[in-house]
Amino acid sequence: MAGGAATGGSSTSDTYAEARTWLLLPAWVTLGILVLAPVTMMLIYSFLTKEFRGGVIWEFSLSAYDQFFFDRGLFGDDPPRIEWTYIQIFWRSIWQAGAATLLSLVIGFPTAYFIATRAPAQRTFWLFLVTIPYWVNLLIRTVSMKFLLRDQGPLNEALLGIGIISEPLSIVNTNVAVQLGLFYSYLPFMVLPIYAAVERYNFTLSEAAADLYASRWTVLRRILLPSVKPGIIAGCILVFVPSMGSFLAPDLLGGAKNFMIGSLIEEQFKGNAGNWPFGAAASMILLTLVLIILLIFARQQSKAES
Amino acid sequence: MKKLMTTTAAALALTAGMAAAEGKLVVYHWFEYIPQEVLDKFREQHDVEVVMDTYDSNEALLASLKAGAIGTYDVAVPGDYMVQIMAGEGLLDTIKDGELANKGNILPQWADPSFDPGRAHSIPYQWGSTSFAVNRDVFDGDINTTDILFNPPADLSGKINMLDSQGEVMAMAALHMGIPQCSTDRDQLKALNDMLQEAKVHWASFNSDTAKEVLVSGDAAVGQIYDGFAAKAREEGANTEYAFPTQGYIVWMDNVVLLKDAPNRDNALKFMDFLLEPENIAAVTNYARYVSGVDGVAPFLDPALATQPESNPPATAGEGVFIQVCDQATQEVYDQIWTNLKK
Repeated sequence: MAGGAATGGSSTSDTYAEARTWLLLPAWVTLGILVLAPVTMMLIYSFLTKEFRGGVIWEFSLSAYDQFFFDRGLFGDDPPRIEWTYIQIFWRSIWQAGAATLLSLVIGFPTAYFIATRAPAQRTFWLFLVTIPYWVNLLIRTVSMKFLLRDQGPLNEALLGIGIISEPLSIVNTNVAVQLGLFYSYLPFMVLPIYAAVERYNFTLSEAAADLYASRWTVLRRILLPSVKPGIIAGCILVFVPSMGSFLAPDLLGGAKNFMIGSLIEEQFKGNAGNWPFGAAASMILLTLVLIILLIFARQQSKAES
Repeated sequence: MKKLMTTTAAALALTAGMAAAEGKLVVYHWFEYIPQEVLDKFREQHDVEVVMDTYDSNEALLASLKAGAIGTYDVAVPGDYMVQIMAGEGLLDTIKDGELANKGNILPQWADPSFDPGRAHSIPYQWGSTSFAVNRDVFDGDINTTDILFNPPADLSGKINMLDSQGEVMAMAALHMGIPQCSTDRDQLKALNDMLQEAKVHWASFNSDTAKEVLVSGDAAVGQIYDGFAAKAREEGANTEYAFPTQGYIVWMDNVVLLKDAPNRDNALKFMDFLLEPENIAAVTNYARYVSGVDGVAPFLDPALATQPESNPPATAGEGVFIQVCDQATQEVYDQIWTNLKK
């Protein structure tokens, strides 16, 4: 990506051609220290032997991956069967994150479209409104969400008040609460990229399509959506990926009754189990999964472009 | 602007430098467990700057120290079983004879505990119990039984918050079933696994940090909780009663330990001596609503504590037991049961 930007810049980039290595060095060092080193460490740890009560013994072992994929019973001496526990936890996380992403898209797309179609002077104001809740810490927002959704909270009081329901809805400690929490946590990550894409969209195209007797639905489906697709894909990735590893919303809103990937990994380092190699292995599997999903998205996008 | 900032930074550094005239003390402590006045008093008495970080479980403390934080902190406040584990892991320094002037203030029953023979590494901080509290507006039957948690009456089903802590849930479950905490009997372990799976159906959530808040807000009608937190919940308006099950309940003691490679070892010892003075540790008790292990605190205590129901088990109460430390093979089975419970 950095290379593409540099070659695109013609004469200006030639001016700095000699210094290029040096100018890029800070970026490479930062990436190396903050991304490459931790991931390499994790990869190595996932192949080490677990030390009782946390820590690792520097001996090669596949037992972390074995534990992930094979079930050997409560006492570890049954013949190995396929372990569904962790696959189930991963599937649950993917499903929750997917639902939150869909919800963000359904609410985020019209919001972004609305903002982008305001007069330029007003757009800043609307964008400002979208970001206001995010000046508050994520933990506090998640706890506030819990207060809103509680059995005796404002949402239930209001619904009871206008007579839509006769019994308070139990939302807290359910999957719905987790999805709402994730949706609320990451909504701006959906709105902002779509906004950027819609803002760049040339609305005369819609007009031209309408002149050629395209219905509004056809304009949306065949003209607008393909044009802003990169923004939608970016928004979906930005909501889906952090939702998958999130543990605040599942813990606080979901009641921590069922592990999500994030809480499962946290438990291996901070919990009683103290199984660092397994935590590292689960992280590596999560990372691989996310990379595969990103690759699929990226391939789709390049196909769409070509 | 930049110059102004530099000046401010220099001024701050100067004040900090003055405050640290006699050095520093770095404390690693539980959240919400020591009143600021006590820390301030120590700072003034000894002219020592006190820095404190907090953790939310014994396991988090161990994980952090093993991940490289050892050598950063002078003292920490692990629970009974964690003192034993930390000593076994070589994370604790030994307090030599005569290094603590007030060691004699420790009550005889806490002077030689099983988890730290001869108090080689630790002094008592606070002790109390872990059981559960029940909202009396929701349920008015007998609550002094572990059935409330593991086989609850219909009124309470689906309204139970458990501590998100393997040790406390497993120990309580062992008391409920009348089996040892570190059982190696396969039938008992299978039965424990099955019992927890069935009990989970009745539970609303696992949460330690908000164990008190869910009782006060009414989100939970039953909450597994520490006695001091239960007392605070009651004082904050929850109509809750703390249970002492006939099957038994968990007793714990938190202890101030001297960490290995403490950067300010002398100040750490001063701090321990300070916390062994009845007046100071009584101030902690008045705040945290637990019980100290120091002799002579009575005149300094809040009179309400003497009659606090959470600290006065009824005659029918079962035995209070410490959480036990299991060996690796046994612990791995319990870890598996916990994962099964939360999968």
